[in-house]
Amino acid sequence: MFSWQPLGKLFEPQALNLLGNQAEYAQSPQLIDLGDRLRVYFCSRIRDKPGHYISHPQWVDFTPNLKSIISISSSPLLPPASLGAFDEHGIFPFNPILHEGQVYAYTCGWSRRVSVPVETATGLAISRDGGNTFERYGSGPVLSPSLNEPYLVGDSFVLHTHGQFHMWYMFGTAWHRSASSNTPERTYKIGHAVSDDGINWKKDEARQIIPDVIGPLESQALPSVIELNGRFHMVFCYRQSFDFRHNHARSYRIGYAFSDDLESWTRDDKSLNLHSQGDWDSEMMCYPNICRGGQSVYLLYNGNHFGRNGFGAFKLMSP
Amino acid sequence: MMFKWQKLGIVFGPSAKWDRPWLKEFAQAPSTIVFDNVVRVYFSCRPGPDKQGQYVSRTAWVDLDRFDLTRVVAVADTPVMDLGELGTFDEFGIYPFSAIKNGEEVIAFYGGWTRCQSVPFNVGIGFAKSDDQGRSFYRTGKGPILPYTPEEPFVLSGPKIRRFHGRWQLFYIAGTKWIISEGNPEPVYRIRSASSDDLINWTRSSHDLIPFRIEENEAQASPDVFFSHGRYHMFFCYRYSEGYRGKDFGYRIGYATSKDLIKWERNDCKAGLDVSESGWDSEMVSYPHILQLDGQVYMFYLGNQVGKRGFGLARLLNPDEALVDV
Repeated sequence: MFSWQPLGKLFEPQALNLLGNQAEYAQSPQLIDLGDRLRVYFCSRIRDKPGHYISHPQWVDFTPNLKSIISISSSPLLPPASLGAFDEHGIFPFNPILHEGQVYAYTCGWSRRVSVPVETATGLAISRDGGNTFERYGSGPVLSPSLNEPYLVGDSFVLHTHGQFHMWYMFGTAWHRSASSNTPERTYKIGHAVSDDGINWKKDEARQIIPDVIGPLESQALPSVIELNGRFHMVFCYRQSFDFRHNHARSYRIGYAFSDDLESWTRDDKSLNLHSQGDWDSEMMCYPNICRGGQSVYLLYNGNHFGRNGFGAFKLMSP
Repeated sequence: MMFKWQKLGIVFGPSAKWDRPWLKEFAQAPSTIVFDNVVRVYFSCRPGPDKQGQYVSRTAWVDLDRFDLTRVVAVADTPVMDLGELGTFDEFGIYPFSAIKNGEEVIAFYGGWTRCQSVPFNVGIGFAKSDDQGRSFYRTGKGPILPYTPEEPFVLSGPKIRRFHGRWQLFYIAGTKWIISEGNPEPVYRIRSASSDDLINWTRSSHDLIPFRIEENEAQASPDVFFSHGRYHMFFCYRYSEGYRGKDFGYRIGYATSKDLIKWERNDCKAGLDVSESGWDSEMVSYPHILQLDGQVYMFYLGNQVGKRGFGLARLLNPDEALVDV
């Protein structure tokens, strides 16, 4: 059983002058350790037209104990996407990894559709200035829909371990409508791919690696993985496919699974032992990121309303 | 030596006489498979537009008399496949469609269309099979067989499946950018290829096979490749990026040749099939498809408005001279 020290809410987008003060939300915090500081990337939304947002990655630097903010990105991390590109209508989430002196970021690009709201795919962006700004590796995605994963590939998280890149990501298994609504909703599961170079990926196509616990309409998102004492631990979030926005009983929770071989995973949500810290995360807990900062292990996450009011953290006490 | 073609006129087009509501307009992108007595020509067509004036493309076939290709023997009762499910890449159209025999099966690669917001559409390439001699097809998966990549970001379309010397070859087009022309997004696309031993795992050449000639944003389509006289021959079509719905900037048919399928030499002057003085193909010619049959070489192609009235046929008059002397 894990035990955690609650650190409360770390960051509120409303308190800061983000993106010319237009920004809402601070979603999917993801941390890299830059030595003298801990940098947390997150995605903020700007209103585009009525009912539509565009998400932009940003970063905020914390002191190594995560207690104080040092600085915040002041301009877009990436140039605008090109017309018709897979990420034209936003990037969310944004997964940074340190690799050979550069920062690679796996982006989940959004593009709007007509019959369904959106399609997604995973892109790669590379930073040569220590993670301040990024350039796209090509205008297309590195991981996208394929024969047996027909849509909604995204939410990639990459770990380089034992000489290979591993990616965990979501893939859509259905677009469908509930009996009570005409809006198409999506169901998605977590999959796995490997790569030698971080660019060319081989999917274990359409294999759902994490079993459902709330039935076949469980949607699983935002996997992140850490190796602790020779075992791999994954946190992710999951919810029902329908009626999840306002019905708290059906909205996002944080799930957990472990693996010793990166092939088979055992799901064990209870042993994560993670509980709401207050009003701000009492209805929903989502978009977790388990990560190392200095000698500590943290779990960053969003609370109610998919992160509208910022993100918080827990610090791992044991094991 | 230039190819010399004898035009044989329109062989098939949409018409009320077929009494098929999905075959109301257009007959585009012909491609063939050959049986003992008939040549089956797949084509893409459209029912009338929806309330927003938008079309979907369906694909069907017509059987022509193998010994008189201007004679229609049968027309499919239904399209060969349903459109894709909600949210899939081929929900709003199946066009173009390229079939080939593979033992007892017939297999096909096709362009699947979805609708987008900032640009009108995206296209992906699907893989389907038939176990009734190509009358109907089923998907091998709900998604595309060729995922988008950093180098091929969108608009993968116009696949043509071939088998040369024991290896599968797929020729297709890949979008390079969307430009704004007269306020509307228009895609620029170029000819690409991939090869495979198992039809599932494809190795892409990841470079443009045919350099642009008429302008930097030239769009190229319908890369139709055959092997003859020790060489590969490709007919394709190309157009200007803007104003291409009229005669001056519309589609023309080009030609290229290769010894190895990698390096191609473009020589449009040799293609030999141009617009007519008048009639159904007086403004543009496009979407060539070559059929080698019973000692003859034929070209199916589209005329004005990219197949609005259907597809026509031409017969090569000088195969031995033109195919040898490249």
